[in-house]
Amino acid sequence: MAVYKKTYRPYDGGLTPSWSRFLVIPRYAFEDLHKSRFLTIFYIASFLYPLISALLIYIEYNASALGIVGARNANQLIDINVVFFLNFLGWQSMLCLFLASFIGPGQISPDVANNALSLYMARPFSRVEYVLGKMSVMVMLLSLITWVPGLLLFGLKGYFSGAQWMSDHWRYASGVFFGAWIWILIVSLLALALSAWVKWKPAAGGLMFGVFFVAAAFGAIINGVQRTNWGSLFNVGYLVGSVWVQLFEGSNQTSTGAVFFRSPADNALPMWCSWFGLALLCSVCLYMLAKKIRGAEVVR
Amino acid sequence: MDPVIELDALEVRFGNRAILKKLKASLTGRSIGLLGPNGAGKSTLINTLLGFHKPSSGTARIFGRDIRTHAREVRSLIGYMPENDAFIASMSGVRSVRLMAELAGLPPEHALERAHEAFFYVGLGEVRYRPVGTYSLGMKQMAKLAQAIAHGPKLLFLDEPTNGLDPPARTRMIQLIQEIRDRGDLNLMLSSHLLRDVEECCDQVLILKDGNVAAFCNLEEERRANKRFLEIETRGGVNGDFLGAIEQLGCETATGAQGRIKLILPDGLEVRQLYEIAAKQDVQIRRLSHKRDSLEDIFLKAMEAADGRL
Repeated sequence: MAVYKKTYRPYDGGLTPSWSRFLVIPRYAFEDLHKSRFLTIFYIASFLYPLISALLIYIEYNASALGIVGARNANQLIDINVVFFLNFLGWQSMLCLFLASFIGPGQISPDVANNALSLYMARPFSRVEYVLGKMSVMVMLLSLITWVPGLLLFGLKGYFSGAQWMSDHWRYASGVFFGAWIWILIVSLLALALSAWVKWKPAAGGLMFGVFFVAAAFGAIINGVQRTNWGSLFNVGYLVGSVWVQLFEGSNQTSTGAVFFRSPADNALPMWCSWFGLALLCSVCLYMLAKKIRGAEVVR
Repeated sequence: MDPVIELDALEVRFGNRAILKKLKASLTGRSIGLLGPNGAGKSTLINTLLGFHKPSSGTARIFGRDIRTHAREVRSLIGYMPENDAFIASMSGVRSVRLMAELAGLPPEHALERAHEAFFYVGLGEVRYRPVGTYSLGMKQMAKLAQAIAHGPKLLFLDEPTNGLDPPARTRMIQLIQEIRDRGDLNLMLSSHLLRDVEECCDQVLILKDGNVAAFCNLEEERRANKRFLEIETRGGVNGDFLGAIEQLGCETATGAQGRIKLILPDGLEVRQLYEIAAKQDVQIRRLSHKRDSLEDIFLKAMEAADGRL
């Protein structure tokens, strides 16, 4: 029907499957995010480290090509080992934090500020789907700069080194995949929870860094003053780093985590504490979201 | 007639405070008015039917579907225009309505078309590409109506739709609601504290007071049953000729002091005919007042009841 027919008419067409409706939110969000030039440039720049990493892997097996320009022993430039993949994950995860602190605060706070939640929730669309929709915006963007290029690097290295290397080092792939997912979930949940509670976007973005850096400093003070290691529970970087090391190396640990995500052996906590700390952080974020994401505020 | 909404001992508590107290009613009207003073529980009732609040006991059914067990299915039948400002500020009007229609299950291409249609329908065609955050209050109200009807609901909840509207905008909003109602494709529930809005749009009224059902009536039947009372003040009218003439038209009359006549107009008789008779008899009608409208009577009676129930 043409738009000039100004009359109300019921809708009798088909409906989309209900499971797919949460994907409507990221589709609209990507259209908005695409308009930000800063974000586009930053996002493209996020692929720089993976590209350099791919180049290093290539050089390791094609050092003779550099011999043409006079470079000798280029294949010894860097070892492609657990530290290489952990540092890759560390750098990319730090970029995730920046990206999430830029994108995250604008996800929920405008809806809360303008009472738009009642419009979402009045539809056959649940609170869980709303959070999933908002979260998937970040999960998709952050995946593309973490585990997706990470697995491609693993594939590239495996392509040059052979199937035996891949079989011997499968933990690198699973570490990159699961390690990135853990960080993406934490960062996304944290960004959404802060977005739901803090209406002012710059403050919410700043708090993201606060949770990461200020809490770590607080933990270090506790460690220093109390001569204990339990202050590390406040250090998200430490908790994530120690989980990553376990994912990458199992019980036979040789590394001390990744760049920005160090887990030095001298202030080690039991492994379960790291998992528990991260689970607790996620639970707090979920609780904050559950309290705020409602169709109507309850005034008691 | 199958009930549109059935309230089955519906109780909602916030903490220790009961907001809705064991409400029982079967609402069958095409257009249901929800009346009550501020704090009576009107918005809470709508929010509960939408699934925003969980009933602490009892339940409600919409088109036979239980709101506790079929919440998603129930919401797929509903369009909701909230009382307060509710919009996605950064999006254009048509884009935000399209988003909402897609979330209701419409495929993107249908959602886009219906979002445009809805905006033209509510009279915001010219501003549909502007961000909703820049709309005036009246435009925001219309935009809320557009998002509520874009997906073609079977039941429309309108929570104080004329709030903050100037008289022409209010008239336009009431006209739209009447048009939607008269098309017969959907039922609507209009919550308001303005008797006039409900009177003009609804055929059934549920009056709440302190979380209880204070009154429940079929407005159409009340209107039909209610005789048309008039009180006129005349100069020279309390004489046999004038009274006799209007009684001949079928009016029941009673005279009072200072030329006052109380009368009940029969169906079909217009006030104009009284003026004609008065002119012929050289009687001046100095004042003419209609009896208070029926809904106001019902409402006041409900509010006066000591225990909140009729």
